Amino acid sequence: MPSIIFIHPDGSRQQIEASAGESAMQAATRNDLSGILAECGGNAMCATCHVYVDEAWLARLPAMGGAEDALLDGAAAERQANSRLSCQINLAADLDGLVLRLPDRQL
Amino acid sequence: MSVTSRIDAATSEQGAPAGVPRLDVDPFSTEFFEDPHPIHEVLREAGPLVWLDKWGVYGVARYAEVHAVLNDPLTFCSSRGVGLSDFAKEKPWRPQSIILEADPPAHTRTRAVLAQVLSPTAMKGVREHFTAMAAAKVDELLARGSFDAVADLAEAYPLSVFPDAMGLKREGRENLLPYASLVFNSFGPPNQLRQEAIERSAPHQAYVAAQCQRENLAPGGFGACVHARADAADITPEEAPLLVRSLLSAGLDTTVNGIGAAVYCLARFPDQFARLRSDPTLARNAFEEAIRYESPVQTFFRTTTREVELAGHRIGEGEKVLMFLGAANRDPRRWENPDSYDVTRRTSGHVGFGSGIHMCVGQLLARVEGEVMLAAIAHKVASIQITGPVKRRYNNTLRGLESLPITISPA
Ligand code: HEM
Ligand code: FES
Repeated sequence: MPSIIFIHPDGSRQQIEASAGESAMQAATRNDLSGILAECGGNAMCATCHVYVDEAWLARLPAMGGAEDALLDGAAAERQANSRLSCQINLAADLDGLVLRLPDRQL
Repeated sequence: MSVTSRIDAATSEQGAPAGVPRLDVDPFSTEFFEDPHPIHEVLREAGPLVWLDKWGVYGVARYAEVHAVLNDPLTFCSSRGVGLSDFAKEKPWRPQSIILEADPPAHTRTRAVLAQVLSPTAMKGVREHFTAMAAAKVDELLARGSFDAVADLAEAYPLSVFPDAMGLKREGRENLLPYASLVFNSFGPPNQLRQEAIERSAPHQAYVAAQCQRENLAPGGFGACVHARADAADITPEEAPLLVRSLLSAGLDTTVNGIGAAVYCLARFPDQFARLRSDPTLARNAFEEAIRYESPVQTFFRTTTREVELAGHRIGEGEKVLMFLGAANRDPRRWENPDSYDVTRRTSGHVGFGSGIHMCVGQLLARVEGEVMLAAIAHKVASIQITGPVKRRYNNTLRGLESLPITISPA
């Protein structure tokens, strides 16, 4: 069971227990985390599940697809080098302890 | 409610598979259009997979199976039509859609083009104007006080923004809603709704075909943006008009029924309207929840490309499977209090816009329209009263109203 840590814009940390095979977005919405909207339900079509990945973890994530890359350009909060869509991060066991920072807005 | 009535002698029973619950429910009947919810419950509770005798097709009405079918597009394909008609056996009534009625890899290419034309970045370009138009519309309606929320609001507002955003000429726009109604009726069985719509379709088809041409689309609009992608060789010049046609088919009547559903919800559930008024930032979610609650697009079909097992049953190749999006959106296995409209609900995961590779490519545009209209109502309107008989509009795919007489008062 990987656990992930979300850091809210105010700096508070929230740890969430994810089920294997779930996406970071699914784990977040299942636990009613504020700050992830996920309007398209995980289809990489809305950019309202934007997160900033902690630098230490960035290289360990699966590569970004073309749809994700294009969508991030239109994300509400500024795109940074460590921006990802949390619905495209599948939580394999090796991502236990993953740290994701939430942007100040998703719309 | 009785679900066993007459079994139509004209439909074959040969396909009826052993072990799959057989129901004599017609999801394209007036009874269903008037009140689908008790029938949805019967469908869901009968089993994860059912067989509909009336049309000789499989049906899925639980969230898990609807979601699974939507997300396996190679097994449950769209290229044989997303209506009852199987394009492998019957010629489509119009040239086949190159996005809605296409499978990967062909779909992947055309989808990327429309996804870019209707991207989050593109939405930033229309949002301000759409917001101002919504405010002006609500001001105008407040001055009138009493009006029909279908014609004067749910239709009038999208008509005041969408055709311009597409870049359409002013003349002939009265064809847009009849054309869309025709398209959504055509996904149904050969009932009276479908047959009459197709018989009367010629002028609307001619209008739409002409508007899809490059010279008829104003620069800067979504239509011109599609054509520009032909210059970039992402699509061929022959494909561009067909993709514009997809936007004209699916981009107007859907938002009409989405906004109509939202206003109908706010009128029926004053506590939820009060909640929205106390926090107008809920407008976007109030619209999304209305899409879940009413599911303006009720159904779509898929066709199996191979023998497949679904929910423990074997389905043969070439079978039509009807997905009840509206039933999935109220499946108690997935949703808490599914039959209540709750503007604070976490709606993520509803299938009102579909799911998977064909999930609505216009969803961002629909949300902008719905959000800014509900925000304008939340800011400016104090009360909504239904003041006359509410009449339903019948369509084989779209759920919405014909008439919703209301009176509103200013905040
Ligand atoms: C509330 C409004 C809307 C609803 C409920 C809705 C619903 C849907 C649904 C359920 C699908 C999936 C079809 C399938 O899986 O076979 C879909 C696809 C589609 N929608 Fe929407 N839609 C809406 C608004 C729009 C708008 C505004 C546009 C265009 C501007 C649009 C264009 C399309 C297109 C082109 C497709 C086909 C996508 C594909 O096959 O990849 N829709 N819509
Ligand atoms: S949930 Fe929509 S892009 Fe991730």
